[in-house]
Amino acid sequence: MTEYNFAYLDEQTKRMIRRAILKGLAIPGYQVPFASREMPMPYGWGTGGVQVSAAVLTPEDRFKVIDQGADDTTNAVSIRAFFERTAGVATTTTTSEATVIQTRHRIPEAALTEGQILVYQVPIPEPLRFLEPRESETRKMHELEEYGLMHVKLYEDISRHGHIATSYAYPVRVEGRYVMDPSPIPKFDNPKLGGMAAIQLFGAGREQRIYALPPYCDVVSLDFEDHPFDPSKADHPCGLCGAQDSYLDEVIVDDAGGRMFVCSDTDYCEARQMAGHRGKDAA
Amino acid sequence: MYVAVKGGERAIENAHAWLAEERRGDTDVAELSVAQIREQLSLAVNRVMAEGSLYDPDLAALAIKQARGDLIEAIFLIRAYRTTLPRFGASEPVDTGAMLCDRRISATFKDLPGGQVLGPTFDYTHRLLDFKLAADGDVAAAPARTAETGAVPHVTAFLNREGLIEEAPHDDTPPPDLTRQPLEMPADRALRLQALARADEGFTLGLAYSTQRGYARNHAFVGELRIGAVPVEMDIPELGFAVEIGEVTLTECETVNQFKGSKTEPPQFTRGYGLVFGQTERKAISMALVDRALRWEELGEDNVGAPAQDAEFVLYHADNIQATGFLEHIKLPHYVDFQSELELVRKLRREAGADQVQEAAE
Repeated sequence: MTEYNFAYLDEQTKRMIRRAILKGLAIPGYQVPFASREMPMPYGWGTGGVQVSAAVLTPEDRFKVIDQGADDTTNAVSIRAFFERTAGVATTTTTSEATVIQTRHRIPEAALTEGQILVYQVPIPEPLRFLEPRESETRKMHELEEYGLMHVKLYEDISRHGHIATSYAYPVRVEGRYVMDPSPIPKFDNPKLGGMAAIQLFGAGREQRIYALPPYCDVVSLDFEDHPFDPSKADHPCGLCGAQDSYLDEVIVDDAGGRMFVCSDTDYCEARQMAGHRGKDAA
Repeated sequence: MYVAVKGGERAIENAHAWLAEERRGDTDVAELSVAQIREQLSLAVNRVMAEGSLYDPDLAALAIKQARGDLIEAIFLIRAYRTTLPRFGASEPVDTGAMLCDRRISATFKDLPGGQVLGPTFDYTHRLLDFKLAADGDVAAAPARTAETGAVPHVTAFLNREGLIEEAPHDDTPPPDLTRQPLEMPADRALRLQALARADEGFTLGLAYSTQRGYARNHAFVGELRIGAVPVEMDIPELGFAVEIGEVTLTECETVNQFKGSKTEPPQFTRGYGLVFGQTERKAISMALVDRALRWEELGEDNVGAPAQDAEFVLYHADNIQATGFLEHIKLPHYVDFQSELELVRKLRREAGADQVQEAAE
């Protein structure tokens, strides 16, 4: 495809996005406004992540895309095909072989390493949005480090339900300063955000925001001393590979209440099965 | 036995093939040409150009064909295309006073210099289905006469001469560019107008209508509505002067709104403004009403909490490409998040159930 520049975006646009990324890395957790472009896929389909990936990809990169942890979900397939077509980069489903990983709603189970970049697709970058709908107000709250409202919300959850009733997009505090939305990953993934060796970049296309976590960044999930953060998951091993430590999808297998639990991270699960691990539902 | 689902790639390919077939419809029926759409569905083409922010009737017609007539989808195709185009520069501001008007009406004066020109309007048609069109579409040529060449001055200028309407001071500040800078609040009027010019017609219409029904009423008269072609000039650095590079058809609406004044300032009418690509007068009038409602602060009016007064609400929700994308994305898989919600609700219910059993025992 020669009608478009490498990785679709023109170099001026990429430079603008790279500047936003660098600013984001310099101020971890701060939402940097950027002039998001219309992309050839709809807003809400990962246009922020796609723009960030387009800005960081080089011809030597090996690219992996996951949605819900899986490489073969339709939108992951579509985004991977987009970059195969517009950038001609090599792609992979193997987490350890990828240099750039674009993700929606999950962090891979296998620990990422230095030199890798994890790009998140973000729908609503503002962690305070559902407490205060006005952008002009929430930006002020971040400036003033005014996060009382968030703690009140979490406290009200506990008084109403006995637990903090947020199970995904669980808010974190970055380097003791900005409260950040980690994108709608399950809270099970939150502990992987902090101290990660890879660079983490967050792109919100429709909302025109980029933010970032540099390697080995301090990230703490908000909680209370007497209600510590609990990264829960389904209390089962994976039915296919037997893993005890991975995030699980619940799959309905019949209409009589039958169900099984399998790894959401398909690469992790397949690698374990290749290595001979078997779960109770494995063929 | 459960096997992880594979084959998303083939499913997507097949879906696209099916879509292409459905788009074409019955092959016994002649295919629509892009030129037919451009010539015979021109108001759809105009809307796509306006909200797509790209003046190109052929591309807009192509987009409508490709989108199976879904105009928001067509607007999306145009937006995604325009964003890849290189920028050579900006044109000189167009002079709508020099417009060759196909239509020019004023609701505030019975007659005025330049005259009332109805032009090609639906306004006084009786909305009776014309079954003749189902058979053959031949039409008799409309009567024609030589166009008058006299100036068609803006109506607001007449009022301005008497000081009856607020000034619209000349301002050479380059306006911000919504497509090159992120939309940030507070937005000045130039930026608000730019966003409204590409805003969804339906959303803008609804907001404008709400002001008429009392949610920040500002009583608008259509001072003037004009539709016609204006030349576009661009300064060419190598030449050192501006040359005409083409022309665009625009719809411009200027409203004359309720006056303001005080003990020290005599009362004056105020203005609302709408300017949109193509013949798009519903949109241009709506835009002028919403523009006027958004000006409450600078005009010293009360914020009555109406949606049309809230710039952040209006501008962040007016773009149909953003809105439709985010709305429709909830079709995408969300099972990871749903799973974590399932676990949480199960846990809360388990504990609630345990409490009930305990209460019963006591």
